[in-house]
Amino acid sequence: MEDIGIVSYGSYIPKFRIKTEDIASVWGKDGATIARGLGIQEKSVPSIDQDTATISVEAARAALKRCTIDPQDIGAIYIGSESHPYAVKPTGTIVGEAIGATPNLMVADYEFACKAGTAGVQSCTAMVKADLIKFGLAIGADTSQAAPGDALEFSASAGGAAFIIGRDQVIADINHTSSFTTDTPDFWRRAERKYPSHGGRFTGAPAYFKHITNCAQQIMEAAGTKPQDYSFAIFHQPNGKFPVKVAKMLGFTYDQIKQGLIVPFIGNTYSGASLVGLASVLDVAKPGDRIFLTSYGSGAGSDGFDITVTEEILNLKRDKAPSVMYMVNDKEYIDYGKYAKHTDLLYWE
Amino acid sequence: MRDVAVIGVGLTKFGELWDKSFRQLISEAGAKAIFDSGIEGKDIDAMYVGSMSSGRFVGQEHVGALVADTSGFSFMHIPATRVEGACASGGLAVREGYFSIASGINDIVVVGGIEKMNDVGGSSATETLATAADQEWEAFFGATFPGLYALIATRHMHEYGTTKEQLAQVAVKNHKNGALNPYAQYQKEITIEQAMNATTVAYPLGLMDCSPVTDGAASVVLCAAEKAREYCQKPIKIIGSGQGSDTLALHSRRDVCTLDATVHAANMAYKQANITPKDIDLAEVHDCFTIAEICAIEDLGFVNKGEGGKAIENKITTLDGTLPVNTSGGLKSKGHPVGATGVAQIVEIVTQLRGEADRRQVKDARIGMTHNVGGSGATCVVHIMEEA
Repeated sequence: MEDIGIVSYGSYIPKFRIKTEDIASVWGKDGATIARGLGIQEKSVPSIDQDTATISVEAARAALKRCTIDPQDIGAIYIGSESHPYAVKPTGTIVGEAIGATPNLMVADYEFACKAGTAGVQSCTAMVKADLIKFGLAIGADTSQAAPGDALEFSASAGGAAFIIGRDQVIADINHTSSFTTDTPDFWRRAERKYPSHGGRFTGAPAYFKHITNCAQQIMEAAGTKPQDYSFAIFHQPNGKFPVKVAKMLGFTYDQIKQGLIVPFIGNTYSGASLVGLASVLDVAKPGDRIFLTSYGSGAGSDGFDITVTEEILNLKRDKAPSVMYMVNDKEYIDYGKYAKHTDLLYWE
Repeated sequence: MRDVAVIGVGLTKFGELWDKSFRQLISEAGAKAIFDSGIEGKDIDAMYVGSMSSGRFVGQEHVGALVADTSGFSFMHIPATRVEGACASGGLAVREGYFSIASGINDIVVVGGIEKMNDVGGSSATETLATAADQEWEAFFGATFPGLYALIATRHMHEYGTTKEQLAQVAVKNHKNGALNPYAQYQKEITIEQAMNATTVAYPLGLMDCSPVTDGAASVVLCAAEKAREYCQKPIKIIGSGQGSDTLALHSRRDVCTLDATVHAANMAYKQANITPKDIDLAEVHDCFTIAEICAIEDLGFVNKGEGGKAIENKITTLDGTLPVNTSGGLKSKGHPVGATGVAQIVEIVTQLRGEADRRQVKDARIGMTHNVGGSGATCVVHIMEEA
């Protein structure tokens, strides 16, 4: 897959934050212990009128600002999310219209828990390779849901990242990509249910760790690489502990994952999680850097990528849009009351 | 009554066994015990299986027949019976198997114990376990087992000056033993600081004072003692079997800090074996919570009432102490698949008395005891074993 890869990228993180200890105090739990246990200090919260569509638009616009691509040359948009604003009616059309890519393009919304965004990257890569499109736009974004009082409430957050995939002006070659998929019901949300359910500890060893390790080993085997060949590694980050543990299991060091480990500061952005990590790595990457990415989506599957940064990254106007770390630090704290209002926990008629 | 001996033992690994089903686990443990004993399928007169709540944990009742079926014995139509007494189900199943041979009805019986608890979430598991409490007077008002044992612990602290550190020492000791047991769920040592500082579950009990949710199965083959040597080089004789019951609800007990069911079961077993607590070389006791081990060593007569905490502190019950307790790692470290626990305790004592416990072997172990409790102490089964 030589010379097919990432042409530009952008991300978006809402500026509101709630601290783990503030959520814990509402439920009579010890915030310090939970923050330490989960490895999450605070999480991003969408504003009252922000959703997956607006986050996707922000991220896509950031990607377009950094490059010189005409939106009309984008032939496909795939948006991965588990919080598409409509059950029926695509998010992708809203984004396509907002960035001026309509009407001659293919659009579909994807859902595969936290890995639907990377599935979009794979689809765009394949379509560029097949010469069906010149550029494809893949986005992973979520305003993820968590039932009040559930363990997920400490992590479920909002954010996303967008990637333009093509053959021209490639800043990072996608050398290899493949997936590891099984039917593993570790986390789900039934139709018309507001909040997801999960299998507790079943989400760990037989789900997250099994799929990521298998997928990662498969990618390194195909690429003929070892962990030490990579400058950066990004793993899906549902909390601060799992990606650190899986990196260690696979032989990666903390230094390799540090730049892409965003979850301690903003929580789990679900479909956006590993892709926001990739955006953070691309914010600082130099030509020749090799990047390893493995996403994870419950249900379950992992998408793996072996990526090499090219000289072209020096021509990308990275400073035309805010970096991930800038957005991480550009924040405003809210209390649980406002959080409840923003995330629609309150009910009124 | 005829003498009865254990001639074969089998265990599965204990832990979160996501890739093994209920029937796989019990078949594995049963097959290992049968293989260990040297008997053949045609020799089996009856089967007993202890399971607390297979219906709630895996949606399967009628597990007596299931176990015979999944073991490949359905064509022989072997009598197969499930026994239930909450977390004492396994010990009760052994006792029923023991009676059926002692009475002269059967010669060879296979006893199993099993629970597969991780197929439901943590809160469902806690709720299911709470069905072993008094639903009307305890569970309905929100009591769970950590809460009930926390009441025992706070009262024990108040009455006898038992400390949180002494509770933690139980967990540290059992993890140290469990680290030497290849079948244990947690084969790692913990420090006193980790135990003391663990997240509080129900004061004074923290996470490290509580046994885990576990999948696992255990099995033993029992045989009329006079025939045991036909199959086995080292049969281990059951020389005492006792059982006691008490009020289902903790608050109705004579003394919250004493499990009278244990006292009753132990006295019955000591009397039958014609021995005293001083004759016991090692014991597997029901440490579903650390306070339970402290109460157990008191109620079994190893130390006076109220001195359990001190005994732990003085290291009497460590592997190299004068009375090693829970050499397997106990429920805390080995894991607690509730229906399997009572049978697994027998497996450990048999392994020790045979001298096959490897790095956790107790020197010169001759007489061992098992102590299996249901609920907060409404059922208790005690067995005493000796090399035949």
